Amino acid sequence: MSGFISGTSGRLTATRLAYAVLISMTVAVVFAMLVPHFGVGFDRGGRHLELLGIDAYTPGTEAHKIFWIRMPRVLAAMLVGGALAGAGCALQALLRNPLAEPFTLGISSGSSLAAVIAIRIGVEAKFGGAGVGVSALLGAIATLMIVSRLAQVGRQLPPATLILAGVTMSMFCSAASVLIQYTSDFSEVSRMLRWMMGGLDSMELSTVGYATIPILLGLVVLTMFSRSLNALAAGPEVAASLGVSVARTQAIVFMVSSLLVGAAIAVAGPIGFVGLIVPHALRSVLGPDHRVLIPASVFGGAVLLMICDTLARTVTAPAQLPTGAVTAVLGGPFFVMILIRQKRRAAMWGRP
Amino acid sequence: MAWLTLQDLSVDLGGRDVVRGVSAEVSEGELIVIVGPNGAGKTTLLRAIAGLVEPKSGTVRVMGHDPAKAQRGVIARDLAYLPQQYELAFPFAVEEVVLLGRYARQRGLGLASESDLAAAHEAMAACDVTALATRRFDEISGGEARRVIIAQALCQGAKCLLLDEPTAGLDPAHARAVFAMLKTHCSRGAAAIVVTHDLDLAMRYAGSVWLVAGGRLAARGAPAVVLTGMSTRDAFNIDIHVGDLPSGARFAVPA
Repeated sequence: MSGFISGTSGRLTATRLAYAVLISMTVAVVFAMLVPHFGVGFDRGGRHLELLGIDAYTPGTEAHKIFWIRMPRVLAAMLVGGALAGAGCALQALLRNPLAEPFTLGISSGSSLAAVIAIRIGVEAKFGGAGVGVSALLGAIATLMIVSRLAQVGRQLPPATLILAGVTMSMFCSAASVLIQYTSDFSEVSRMLRWMMGGLDSMELSTVGYATIPILLGLVVLTMFSRSLNALAAGPEVAASLGVSVARTQAIVFMVSSLLVGAAIAVAGPIGFVGLIVPHALRSVLGPDHRVLIPASVFGGAVLLMICDTLARTVTAPAQLPTGAVTAVLGGPFFVMILIRQKRRAAMWGRP
Repeated sequence: MAWLTLQDLSVDLGGRDVVRGVSAEVSEGELIVIVGPNGAGKTTLLRAIAGLVEPKSGTVRVMGHDPAKAQRGVIARDLAYLPQQYELAFPFAVEEVVLLGRYARQRGLGLASESDLAAAHEAMAACDVTALATRRFDEISGGEARRVIIAQALCQGAKCLLLDEPTAGLDPAHARAVFAMLKTHCSRGAAAIVVTHDLDLAMRYAGSVWLVAGGRLAARGAPAVVLTGMSTRDAFNIDIHVGDLPSGARFAVPA
């Protein structure tokens, strides 16, 4: 592959960066404009509303109401998808491991456990869905602290111990979740399962509002560290001798990524595969330079989750699927495909 | 004034004394070659000088800084270190790999400036990898990759170079070219400490040879003297023969 976007042509120039970011931003914006319209096509009864919601802009019409119910959902899909893909990309770079993902690091299981506990002790009844979301965020932070404490060697966070700690924590939290579900009554269990499938339905604009600024800030911080992440690709010792403050970079990137994942889970529940697929697919097109790859992953994740959520809403309309189930169903085969292609090429990273 | 000073340096790894009481100085223009048997502590000594392991006792000073304590960004302007093992996690293009050397001199997103590019091109030319500039790092040969990362270290623009077996896996012509290039580089206002197992290259290019054995600096001095000395024979358990070629150049081989 060659051309200005492909990394094979060599170094990153301002023009290439601008093109790549502009193109991915445009794609994301176009999808954001299209998606609510497709979603408006059907109401809960399966009736086809005014086609593509022209009437959605006229107050008082049914289409208008549905548009305003669904708009926050689309915004949330963009935010959550962007946060998950951006954090996934940064974690893969930090750990120098293509399989690094919120799930492998135990963050998802930790925050799921917190959400399950919250539902069990009745937080949902008192504070509603937001209470469970906040518990999930706290769970993510607590897991992050435990995992990084377990994994720390000296002042550094070696990838191998980090993943070991993550997997251990993940198994413990899953087991604890199962135990709590076993002792819960039927309606609680069904709410827990529903939450653990991950979904964007009944999203409120205020929830999106709370999550927007922290998530955008986090993504900016990750982009600022993209150059250090490039240097870390050569290993911590080389990065240090190139001038990277390795311990500081590891701590900040790990913390910010975890918070992004925690915020995404708080909004939408655990949604898998986005953080794995998007950076992986984009890396094969754009090359490995994280200065392009992180922002592009953010937009790519936003687009992917919008598509998945639209499918979740429309495939079985009027019934709806959990968005997390759709990403998992699409993500599984995609992942197998990558695996087979890479095995054939006998290369770990695909840049054809 | 010496650029690099080691005073009674000892390093402990996992409870084992790997480097014991090394004192030495390196000044501008010097090309030091470290030789010694496997497990003698050569790499650990180099990593301690680079500030990547903290000494148990003694001091290291690079241009007046303690490399284990100073900010990495500051040290990187004076000191470049090339490890024995270099594994790149992502398939960057060769030119991108070389430009990573400019990390400490860039700000923000670090898009390559004219001077960055000039440094990269000069380093690539010096290491004979200019033709590989747009190739993927994971698709070039082991020897080519070795030359690319030497170019990365050069591109860093540091005055002191620490290279751990830079010529491992290189063909004889390129191995010599690397040492010749280092010699020229040092004579133009730099200093280098190079670990190698190639005693012949040490003989031909070193200004001074350090023999490291059992974690100690067992001998140091002119190549011919150190290589034929008793300490070297004891350390390697083998005699080293130094002779003259018809051309007048000297060579060293295990006898």
